[in-house]
Amino acid sequence: MSPWEIVIGLETHAQLTTASKIFSGASTAFGAPPNTQASAVDLALPGTLPVLNRGAVERAIRFGLAVGGEIAPASVFARKNYFYPDLPKGYQISQYELPVVAGGEVAFVLGDEERRVRLTRAHLEEDAGKSLHEDFHGMSGIDLNRAGTPLLEIVSEPDMRSAAEAVAYARALHALVRWIGICDGNMQEGSFRCDANVSVRRRGEPLGTRCEIKNLNSFRFMERAIEYEARRQVELIEDGGKVVQETRLFDPDRGETRPMRSKEDAQDYRYFPDPDLLPLEIARAWVDEVAASMPTLPSERRARYRDAFALPAYDAALLSESREKSDYFEAVLAAAPPGERLPRLAANWVNGEVAALLNDRALDFGRCPIAPATLARLLGRVDDGTISAKAAKDLLGELGADASRVDALIASRGLEQISDTGALEAAVDQVIAAQPRYVEDYRSGKEKAFNALVGQVMKATQGKANPQEVSRLLRARLDA
Amino acid sequence: MNDNPPLAELSRRLRTRKVSSVEATRHYLDRIARLAGPLNAFLTVDAEKSLAQARAADERIARGEASPLTGVPIAHKDLFCASGWRTTCGSRMLENFVAPYDAHVIEQFDRAGAVLLGKTNMDEFAMGSSNENSFFGPVRNPWDAAAVPGGSSGGSAAAVAARLAPAATGTDTGGSIRQPASFTGISGLKPTYGRVSRYGMVAFASSLDQGGPLAQSAEDLALMLGVMAGFDARDSTSVDRPKDDYAARLGAGVKGLRIGVPREYFTQDLAADVAGPIREAIRELVRLGAREVPVSLPNQHLAVPVYYVIAPAEASSNLSRYDGVRYGYRAPEYGDLADMYAKTRAQGFGAEVKRRILVGTYVLSHGYYDAYYLQAQRVRRLIARDFAAAFEACDVIAGPAAPSVAFDLGARTQDPVQMYLDDLYTIPINLAGLPGMSIPCGFGARGRPVGLQVVGNYWDEARMLALGHAFQQATDWHKRVPPGYG
Amino acid sequence: MLSPAEIRRIARLARIEVDDAQVAALGPELNAILGMVEAMQAIDTAGVEPMSHPQAFAQRLREDAVSEPDRRAEYQSVAPQVEDGLFLVPKVLE
Repeated sequence: MSPWEIVIGLETHAQLTTASKIFSGASTAFGAPPNTQASAVDLALPGTLPVLNRGAVERAIRFGLAVGGEIAPASVFARKNYFYPDLPKGYQISQYELPVVAGGEVAFVLGDEERRVRLTRAHLEEDAGKSLHEDFHGMSGIDLNRAGTPLLEIVSEPDMRSAAEAVAYARALHALVRWIGICDGNMQEGSFRCDANVSVRRRGEPLGTRCEIKNLNSFRFMERAIEYEARRQVELIEDGGKVVQETRLFDPDRGETRPMRSKEDAQDYRYFPDPDLLPLEIARAWVDEVAASMPTLPSERRARYRDAFALPAYDAALLSESREKSDYFEAVLAAAPPGERLPRLAANWVNGEVAALLNDRALDFGRCPIAPATLARLLGRVDDGTISAKAAKDLLGELGADASRVDALIASRGLEQISDTGALEAAVDQVIAAQPRYVEDYRSGKEKAFNALVGQVMKATQGKANPQEVSRLLRARLDA
Repeated sequence: MNDNPPLAELSRRLRTRKVSSVEATRHYLDRIARLAGPLNAFLTVDAEKSLAQARAADERIARGEASPLTGVPIAHKDLFCASGWRTTCGSRMLENFVAPYDAHVIEQFDRAGAVLLGKTNMDEFAMGSSNENSFFGPVRNPWDAAAVPGGSSGGSAAAVAARLAPAATGTDTGGSIRQPASFTGISGLKPTYGRVSRYGMVAFASSLDQGGPLAQSAEDLALMLGVMAGFDARDSTSVDRPKDDYAARLGAGVKGLRIGVPREYFTQDLAADVAGPIREAIRELVRLGAREVPVSLPNQHLAVPVYYVIAPAEASSNLSRYDGVRYGYRAPEYGDLADMYAKTRAQGFGAEVKRRILVGTYVLSHGYYDAYYLQAQRVRRLIARDFAAAFEACDVIAGPAAPSVAFDLGARTQDPVQMYLDDLYTIPINLAGLPGMSIPCGFGARGRPVGLQVVGNYWDEARMLALGHAFQQATDWHKRVPPGYG
Repeated sequence: MLSPAEIRRIARLARIEVDDAQVAALGPELNAILGMVEAMQAIDTAGVEPMSHPQAFAQRLREDAVSEPDRRAEYQSVAPQVEDGLFLVPKVLE
């Protein structure tokens, strides 16, 4: 085991799915022409004032409930003062000492293990605008459409110990915010942005100095960046150097992190409670109201799939990676005939064949062309031996909303397997008689010969024999 | 029109069609053109715009849809954004800024059918107590051209005192309505915090700023407040309360009213020529039926120090938006981005504003926040509690609005701290968020006016105005006009 | 009290350019103000809640609805430098 331990904490900014901005009535829609969604308040015109959007608060409450955190009955907005052209007021309205959500945790699966990362807090704040570095005669262009979009900043404890774990946490958090409908998770559009705090230490020693890697906007980049950074820090220390606390950016082309062009002094944000805003009070009644309208959470569904259906942790996690997929899976089960094997079968197919089909067609489970009842019917026919799994796979692409099509296609194409023991025994006997050399080889230990015999039976039955039955009968005959 | 009536009288004449709004507006525009120059009270006048509003007001009056302020020309402190009007805040930073929207207060006057007469001069970004901090030059006191009119609403006060406008709006963060009203012999009111919307009223210190009226009498203040006050959803600190009918309650009198006089007010630092008229005014109120009650405000002496932590702190943050990016002044020459910011702000802001930004930045900075800002907010609560305790024993508190009459131009500019300390009577009221009013009650040295400050409990403006009205029925200080401005 | 170095640091934080003469002048001015303020620092305020607002109300909430139309042309008519709808500033370095 390496003497070194990597310690990672993640800060995530999730843009909330409100129609208007957190402190103004301008639209938050993505992609509008520059500065057409920047109101007087967003532009920080002299004399303008902020008013808080109920929708942003409600989404923060949903998040707090989803992670099992504490929702503060009173929280305070604070000004974070610094100068930057994409920050019109010269301060960002955020929350400092009293955030809206404290604590909580995010559960996820890493490999086959259930893991938990604790959260320190989550708070509401406003997003800044954008500076475009395209050359306007040596100048930058500022677009303030994004300024004022509500963000939920989610801060984890430094509980992660590998890049893979950090990515697994980030993916789970990403799925969760989409699941509860507070964020669309579109990383290309900047709706979900992660910064990683990375430090290293020799096992048993206190925490090392950490560096912040900013704006990791893909999970792949996140993994590479964290791995690089950890390696860089270890090498630095092993060479006798010291890690300097700084902010770094990941360069995906080089696969390295490098320090940001930093200001000479460390930033002094001079936080103080915003005098233009009053304390945000959230009554217990409101929290209860929101709780009543929440869907069951991914971790709850995952647990149920594991316990009630005996699905492996990995499969259960995969099924609950999105609300649409999980809903689809449950709809399939609801429509399926009773049978012990159905949940496992449905899980394999939803995670496997159906997922692959959707991927090919660039669709998500919310728009799956195969109705749950249809898939349920198909799987029922596999389970009861009517058709083979292979035949079912071949049919999948042609199925749609109408479940009755399954049986119609099976009939019209003569896909029914032969499962009748009598008929199969006859075929088996025929092949054993006709293939003495394979029988010899099998009896002398060559397992491959068995497969060849099965193949022969399939050929003799034009592929319609139920392969499990054939195997069973063949073994019975040969081992007798 | 050949006199300069109080607003209430002008309003009557307009509604009874004895005078038209166009006539009245022309009358004041004329006076401004003739008399405002040496006073430097106005920064922007636009006769065409004003007269167009006056014509619309006359039509409304003819239709029988007039309200008390329809057709009345009102001057506005240049801190209120008025759409299409230059709004400078007395600063080079906004020298050419034409506001693209209306402040709530301006909208209120608009709805009432008032006429925007012009924008008045002020201390830069409302920081000052003498109107000597304006980029556009100081304002002079109509009573004595060698004297300051007070600040920061010096232009509005001078305009009303010189009868260049029947009434004006101002703002008050540490006394900026009450002290100039006191120095120029007129009436001024700072409402309870939250009464008047701050939307469109350029921010100096957010938890202290309030907009309010300056006029010739308490009756006029009542009419003005009736228009200015009102809930505005765009200001989170605006309070949703049912409207008070201030004008209707003016006649309540002062019988049985308990007037608290804090023992801390009458110290060595109070000039004798002010103490005299103040005591006489209180005696007059007692003659009218009130009762004087001794009270104490033990933390009175801490108010100015507390204010000069909180106000600069909030201002330093509120003024960060002036960076030359989206509006306002931008330095003509600069290197990189940091240089543009640094030069724009160095050139755009005057000395007093820069001083306060630096103090504010310091008291919020890492390592100093607890000892300065947080401590000041705690002492602020002690000061507010003092008032709450005093109001158990009295209904209003009375005393001087300022420790002296108006001082000479240039007399205090070398010693900003001394000027700060002179706000000792007005500042505590802002810290507590209480309503405060100044009404003229006599003259001091060199014929300069003295103002009586009346402080009410939260939301008690109606009672204060009734007191002012009763006082002004029995005395005539409020009718005095500076020589040359009759 | 403030040294010239501290004054420069604060001026940098506040993005206000100050030259040597100004730093020299500001020293006594700022120190006079901070000296005056000292009076309130020594007061015992143990157990006293800071007062950030005169009133003890809670923040009002606005319904989540788009209420602001596009007024870019108007708002940008007062801007120092605009091109293609963007506010122009000296190049922003990361």
